Amino acid sequence: MGALPPVIFVEAERLACVRGGRPVFRDVSFRLERGQALVVEGPNGSGKTSLLRLIAGLLAPADGTVSFSSGAARADDGEERGRFVGWLGHNDASKPQLTAAESLRFFARLYDATGDSIPALLETVGLSRAAALPCQYLSAGQKRRLGLARLKLCGRPVWLLDEPLASLDSAGKSLLLDFVREHLAAGGLAVIATHDPLDLEAARLQLT
Amino acid sequence: MSAFVALLARDVRLATRAGGSAMLALAFFAAVATLVPFGIGSEPKLLARVAAGIVWIAAVLAGLLALDRLFQADYEDGSLDLLALSPVSFEGIAAAKIAAHWLTTGLPLTILSPLLALLLNLPTKAYITLFVSLLVGTSAISAIGGVAAALTLSIRRGGLLLPLLVLPLLTPALIFGAGAVLAKLDRIENGAIWFLAAFSAVAVLLSPFLTAAALRFNLAE
Repeated sequence: MGALPPVIFVEAERLACVRGGRPVFRDVSFRLERGQALVVEGPNGSGKTSLLRLIAGLLAPADGTVSFSSGAARADDGEERGRFVGWLGHNDASKPQLTAAESLRFFARLYDATGDSIPALLETVGLSRAAALPCQYLSAGQKRRLGLARLKLCGRPVWLLDEPLASLDSAGKSLLLDFVREHLAAGGLAVIATHDPLDLEAARLQLT
Repeated sequence: MSAFVALLARDVRLATRAGGSAMLALAFFAAVATLVPFGIGSEPKLLARVAAGIVWIAAVLAGLLALDRLFQADYEDGSLDLLALSPVSFEGIAAAKIAAHWLTTGLPLTILSPLLALLLNLPTKAYITLFVSLLVGTSAISAIGGVAAALTLSIRRGGLLLPLLVLPLLTPALIFGAGAVLAKLDRIENGAIWFLAAFSAVAVLLSPFLTAAALRFNLAE
């Protein structure tokens, strides 16, 4: 695994989010250091996905700030922050016509990732037999495993995971936890939005 | 740069694989152009006169065909989020996808156009003018279409709105493109091809910035 660009901490201050004219949450603050994870919990519609999008810079906050700090440099701007983010959203971003291996090769080139070998990675996530299969024939769980492989491949320091356990079987779930633990041990950070209890040592943030 | 090429190559690959838009656009182009003589009659002199106009209208319509999915497919399956977080800027994303659209529609249409010109009895001396006008002008279709595709990204059935936005803006390209061929037939030197080139150049230069602005707006909505 290639060295992660060092993000020392992620800080959110008094974040507020408004969607479609309706306030979703306000006054959300947290601070996350290297090697730490934050689990975001809350009922449907409490703004878990919106919070992740705010952190990634895909969405502009109605109020408050998010900043990533990597030593001397601070990234406050959304598009600057995006360059540090590894994203696993609830949509799997796989193209039905591309095979699993092609899809990973594309993201490796797009993210200029050189760390992991793609066949080895597909083997790790249990997709080596499906590597040459167009993604339209993959099951929801397999697509999610492909997403995990992509996440690891891209080698970004701040992982933002939206319901990462959805459609994964029990082996897949433990694979995900292994990936997250390995990522944290290497000095990465992770924010995970989930309903399910996670067997992970992490700070908790409850959205209402 | 390698990331830009990767995105361009992926889009070309998606358009040319089974179920992709490239063959569809080409077939549609040929279908429209061959259908017109059935409607207006097959009088050779008449056809020779309207051939360039028909080919140009068919090219514009075929170019529109794949546009509504240009960004929408990536938006719906979450790919656009991953593109936005990649090292490629929104301007780069827009330029790569618009270039891929041109490579898989505008360019093949241009290459096929002499065959349709033959079918429509266009005098041979005007073939090169038609070819060049399409080569230059179809880039404006992709460029202007890209802006409209990004604007209508989050609108359900945005594909229906898109032609209404694009067609009026493409009128100059159609006038200069077909006009250049007619001028050639009439042995007039009217410079239409240069106006077309200028129009396309402005469209191609501005399009990535306007498209990127529309993408930013729609994604952060």
